[in-house]
Amino acid sequence: MALSRLSSRSTTLLQPLATTSLLRRRHISTDTTPITVETSLPFTSHLISPPSRAVETSSQELISFFRDMALMRRMEIAADSLYKAKLIRGFCHLYDGQEAVAIGMEAAITKRDAIITSYRDHCTFLGRGGGLFEAFSELMGRTTGCSKGKGGSMHFYKKDASFYGGHGIVGAQAPLGCGLAFAQKYSKEEAVTFTLYGDGAANQGQLFEALNIAALWDLPAVLVCENNHYGMGTAEWRSAKSPAYFKRGDYVPGLKVDGMDALAVKQACKFAKEHALKNGPIILEMDTYRYHGHSMSDPGSTYRTRDEISGVRQVRDPIDRVRKLIIAHDIATEKELKDMEKEVRKEVDAAVAQAKESPIPEPSELFSNIYVKGFGAESFGADRKELRATLP
Amino acid sequence: MASLLSRFCRKLALPGSAHGSRMTSSTACGSETVKSLNLYSAINQALHIALETDPRSYVFGEDVGFGGVFRCTTGLAERFGKNRVFNTPLCEQGIVGFGIGLAAMGNRAVVEIQFADYIYPAFDQIVNEAAKFRYRSGNQFNCGGLTIRAPYGAVGHGGHYHSQSPEAFFCHVPGIKVVIPRSPREAKGLLLSSIRDPNPVVFFEPKWLYRQAVEEVPEHDYMIPLSQAEIIREGSDITLVGWGAQLTVMEQACLDAEKEGISCELIDLKTLLPWDKETVEASVKKTGRLLISHEAPITGGFGAEISATILERCFLKLEAPVSRVCGLDTPFPLVFEPFYMPTKNKILDAIKSTVNY
Repeated sequence: MALSRLSSRSTTLLQPLATTSLLRRRHISTDTTPITVETSLPFTSHLISPPSRAVETSSQELISFFRDMALMRRMEIAADSLYKAKLIRGFCHLYDGQEAVAIGMEAAITKRDAIITSYRDHCTFLGRGGGLFEAFSELMGRTTGCSKGKGGSMHFYKKDASFYGGHGIVGAQAPLGCGLAFAQKYSKEEAVTFTLYGDGAANQGQLFEALNIAALWDLPAVLVCENNHYGMGTAEWRSAKSPAYFKRGDYVPGLKVDGMDALAVKQACKFAKEHALKNGPIILEMDTYRYHGHSMSDPGSTYRTRDEISGVRQVRDPIDRVRKLIIAHDIATEKELKDMEKEVRKEVDAAVAQAKESPIPEPSELFSNIYVKGFGAESFGADRKELRATLP
Repeated sequence: MASLLSRFCRKLALPGSAHGSRMTSSTACGSETVKSLNLYSAINQALHIALETDPRSYVFGEDVGFGGVFRCTTGLAERFGKNRVFNTPLCEQGIVGFGIGLAAMGNRAVVEIQFADYIYPAFDQIVNEAAKFRYRSGNQFNCGGLTIRAPYGAVGHGGHYHSQSPEAFFCHVPGIKVVIPRSPREAKGLLLSSIRDPNPVVFFEPKWLYRQAVEEVPEHDYMIPLSQAEIIREGSDITLVGWGAQLTVMEQACLDAEKEGISCELIDLKTLLPWDKETVEASVKKTGRLLISHEAPITGGFGAEISATILERCFLKLEAPVSRVCGLDTPFPLVFEPFYMPTKNKILDAIKSTVNY
């Protein structure tokens, strides 16, 4: 067991005390013995004592972090190409750069804890156990998608994993999330709801309404502000008087977390869950970054410089951070990690190919699930008299 | 009007005189300079003129500073300064409420809601504050200087939240006006009228036409009167009423119907609230048949209001029931958009079935 200290900026890493020689280790370590790692930055807190910087993890966990984040990254890149090939229509909001938030959160909670988020939900869906095939099918609007092709990019859901989606209207998920938390408290489930929103949504009135209600009734709600510093094209300093989103709750305690560090996210979420179960709502501000623009219709370079984007990629990339950790702890070699990435790529390509073959929903699906049993919506084809039908 | 067909002709600007049997817009005057512009450029020009002519006018909304997501506000911040053209945080209710306050102090507030689908948080402010301000204060105060612009309507791939047509909700509110242009030339004139109208106006812009419609637009300052419908195609067998982007589709149906010997009269309502009942009534009294088409779902859509009013006024002159060819009663779908939309064939079919009733 080695205690190592890692800085995101240092190029020379302290070697762990007990090094295993390359000759002895045959395969990637799936050891579950605890390794303690310090987060890159300390937590900043509001009205609460922050958790410790020392995070317990294991080889197995780090490898799974790496693999899952690489999978998410590859999925988003594949979605980018599919969108440009016009196989994905509509709007597509990509999450690459922010993977650590989804991964770290999952590591700290169970599938009985609920997650609800905005439209940037592909990776959150994957984190909740969603499959690549369902994700790509949904993106391309096929029946095999998680929402049967009727939702699209912005509306991924997974009921058995308590993933409540996928919302198009900014900030609309905040009061919903508090409602979910109320239901959990009422049914004494010992579970919490993580309500994710962005720095743009943080200025919505409904967020403050939700915060007030959650605090008033001590709801087990963890409000997570994924602060990627841009509300579409507007930088946070131009849209918020107080960009300290973790303090915005006023009477609700908050924690600011380095959202590019999966272990810091895990620690914060674990801490937040314990707090929410005992004391009511807490805000987590994840300091993160998105490499793509707001959506595929946004190049992402008219309101920020390319240097800024590549700078973050070089210094703070979440996957690279875990990669360095893995190599420093001798859990796997660089080549093995690269092989893992290649495998992931193949997996993604296979899912895409399979999804491309899937069928588009039947036209009658246009009318299903509006109400429970429908109400006889009328439709007719080009020849009104013959094709007029009352659909379910 | 040739501009509307450009949607099917890959953004070419067609000469204005290529299609006959059409009343020219009453704003055309002999020797003005015109420029070939698309919808967002025409709107941009209107905003430039509005800010130029009234030093107490302001343009604000989400992301308008760099030109906006549809480039309608390009160049405004550079020209008029950040004190008059500025970005707001992401809060529609706050933005409209703020606009009402500015207008109540005698300013012209031109508010942009990024997509009409997002206007609902501001619905309370529009309905309960903007529409009733003058009325409840006995004319001491008003927010007539308020104009809310929002892109509306289907765009081919918009899905649930980038395609909605919410005009019917607003047509139910006495105290505001609802205006929808069909083309660049109309848009510039109608927007300037809306901004200068002493009542709060909700101005919906057909986003499908932002780039697709190209037309010769006069460069000077001109206004097109509100609450005046325009007969853009004369006919004698059936009256068709529509607004915005849907008129292009209706015109195609009219051309096809003509080949089958049906002469269609096409009316652009332009202003939905208060709407020009007289023009539509006169036309239906002439033809005896009415067809209304809009993208919004059929139940409770504005077509219902037009149908009921015309029925009251023209009952004995009607040869067939009033036909409505509209969006289906479903949420605006994702992959099913072509099935949901009131397409040319649906309209053509309804024309034939009404004429042959």
